[in-house]
Amino acid sequence: MEDKKVMMLGNEAIARGAYEAGVKVSAAYPGTPSTEISENLVQYKDSLYCEWSPNEKVAMEVAIGASISGVRAMASMKHVGVNVAADPLYTVSYIGATGGLVLVAADDPGLYSSQNEQDSRMVARAAQVPVLEPSDSQEAKDFMKFAFDLSEKYDTPVILRTTTRLAHSQGPVTLCERTQIPDKPYERNVVKNVMMPGNAKVRHLAVEDREKRLIADSCDFPVNRVEMHDTKIGVITSGIPYQYVREALPDASVLKLGLVNPLPRRMIEEFAAKVDTLYVVEELDPLIETQVRSWGIRATGKEIFTVQGEYSANMLRKAILHEELNLRAPAEVPNRPPILCPGCPHRSVYSVLNRLKIHAAGDIGCYTLGAVPPLSVIDTTVCMGSSISTLHGMEKAKGKAYIKDWVAVIGDSTFMHTGINSLINMVYNQGTGTVMILDNSTTGMTGHQDHAATGKTLQGDIVLAINIMELCKSLGIRNVEEVNAFDTEKLAEVIKREVAKDEVSVIITKSPCVLLGKTPVTKRCAVDPIKCKMCGACLRPGCPAITKGRDGISMINDTMCNGCGLCQQLCKFGAITDVPV
Amino acid sequence: MQTKNIMIVGVGGQGTLLTSRILGGIMRQAGYEVKMSEVHGMAQRGGSVVTFVRYGDTVNEPIVEEGQADVLIAFERLEALRYAHFLKEDGVLIVNDQRIDPMPVVMGKAEYPGNIIEDLSAKSRVIAIDAMSEAKKLGNPKVFNVIVLGLAAKHMDFTEEEWLKVIEDTVKPQFVEINKKAFAVGFAS
Repeated sequence: MEDKKVMMLGNEAIARGAYEAGVKVSAAYPGTPSTEISENLVQYKDSLYCEWSPNEKVAMEVAIGASISGVRAMASMKHVGVNVAADPLYTVSYIGATGGLVLVAADDPGLYSSQNEQDSRMVARAAQVPVLEPSDSQEAKDFMKFAFDLSEKYDTPVILRTTTRLAHSQGPVTLCERTQIPDKPYERNVVKNVMMPGNAKVRHLAVEDREKRLIADSCDFPVNRVEMHDTKIGVITSGIPYQYVREALPDASVLKLGLVNPLPRRMIEEFAAKVDTLYVVEELDPLIETQVRSWGIRATGKEIFTVQGEYSANMLRKAILHEELNLRAPAEVPNRPPILCPGCPHRSVYSVLNRLKIHAAGDIGCYTLGAVPPLSVIDTTVCMGSSISTLHGMEKAKGKAYIKDWVAVIGDSTFMHTGINSLINMVYNQGTGTVMILDNSTTGMTGHQDHAATGKTLQGDIVLAINIMELCKSLGIRNVEEVNAFDTEKLAEVIKREVAKDEVSVIITKSPCVLLGKTPVTKRCAVDPIKCKMCGACLRPGCPAITKGRDGISMINDTMCNGCGLCQQLCKFGAITDVPV
Repeated sequence: MQTKNIMIVGVGGQGTLLTSRILGGIMRQAGYEVKMSEVHGMAQRGGSVVTFVRYGDTVNEPIVEEGQADVLIAFERLEALRYAHFLKEDGVLIVNDQRIDPMPVVMGKAEYPGNIIEDLSAKSRVIAIDAMSEAKKLGNPKVFNVIVLGLAAKHMDFTEEEWLKVIEDTVKPQFVEINKKAFAVGFAS
């Protein structure tokens, strides 16, 4: 294959880089903006194995096992997933890598689809793991390959850190052939691979030594480079912000870091000495800036740049060059927040909970949107799997009577991720909460990935689907019931009955995500303007397909309606009719 | 060549990703360097979405910033208004004359602005089309986005044949014919 250039998303390029680097095993849990890495890697399944694991900790451990056995392995996850995987990550830093081991950590500056804006580079620094940060799709592929070489050469896991902008931008990439990496023979090495105190003490010294070598050698790594131009302004930057620097300051000298942990100190000191004014341009936390300043180098950073959100060239033009940009002011317009789709089963469940005036401890997924008006059911959301345990904590704080108008809501994929642990805890510690598993047969928010309860793997194998109902029953829970999410009367009756009980209850609302296309749309709904009494009941669940017309009569958009019939159940006047399609 | 900036804005689910891929495809076919930036994940769920496409001899950042868009393609009126300040002074705004109420409007907490197209036309060059009606005439309302693209294509330097070739290369085989028809409707209007 010679010099074939194709357009690739950052995430596609990472997958391609892994393939070309000879990766044999990949494990991941979906999470924006990392999901498309595995979704693209699976096209190479004849050459490698890849899986959706139930959570990021498991994914990381699968990759570690593969590395110890002697092949190149990777795990990929979003930034908050790195927290779930932090336990194995911190310790595999001591173990190192037999086969190259790379963790792709995808950060989300600007919170496009996340519950916090944390900077994974800080985790990497604490775990003493080297971090590479690409600036475009081509580098995403190249750095992935470099990461595996680095991992094996320095006996360390390596983090490839991306951000949403890199992950979801397309750019040209030159493809290469896959490198054939022979499997290393397995060798039993207890001192290195069994992290009990005596061994870990020794390995900690090895980690400190590794970091010193990396600091010295990294000044010559090809991923760190100096672009010397005018010396009035010098900028140290990395990742996507490098592009904004080049756009806004084409004449400035730039030290572009590919390796952001540990930092190439000598290279930075030499660069700083050559420029009049030094800026550090990095999104989120001042990781580079704090270290550079600690060496006595004068640099400007977060006093003029924000720690929040994404940067831009215009931002740098204003902050560094003090340019007046004379931009048109944005129009003042109503917000358009994300909403549940027309026909979404979650809307039906929340419409019932709202009517019963029940509070919900929420979780991570599309269904987190149940927190906002008009559904306004969810009161808390922390992290994956937290709904059940936070409800349990409330009960232990305020007593079981207090949670009689509360439930926990959690999706099927999130339940398999870490919700199951919380349910075990509720049973073990004599909780009496009611848990609603909103089972839409997929990981919805990230774009429909399979999981252990769907019966299909990432590689497309049809496997035994873990039965969520039987799983809950096996914990000894006596009250486990499955209800169709769109049967609102039955659902209301079951919820009222179960929250009243002084025992753990699980209600599984079963209806596939409307976007999966598993239930073909056979009808749409339409309003009979003569029968409509303009009461607004159909508008209350906030279906985007239903609006109030000028005359006050409800209107249903025929191209948006999926015919779920929730509005029909809510209309007391029989004014909403079926239109066959 | 100086880098050209195109933005596609709309409501999650309106097909901005397909449109940007066709755009990226034709720029690549013409030998330009192309960078594009997309929105995936939660924001796609009926929220306001924006896609950037930049092409030229060399392209640095993958985003289009305020005051820099040569062409702004809006699939919905309110979204046209929301992003109009991204247009260059001599930029052109292609807007699908469709109204989709955002949740604050549905709930009566905010008003959907009136006279959007008239107001925008006072400041910029605006070309509006009711692509949804045209798409329904073709028998598939989903292809309205390619009709809008066809209209926008008249303001770029490629022939209809070149566009149709990229549509063939980009769209799933079973949808090629309907999308080609949709493009032709926009291109001829």
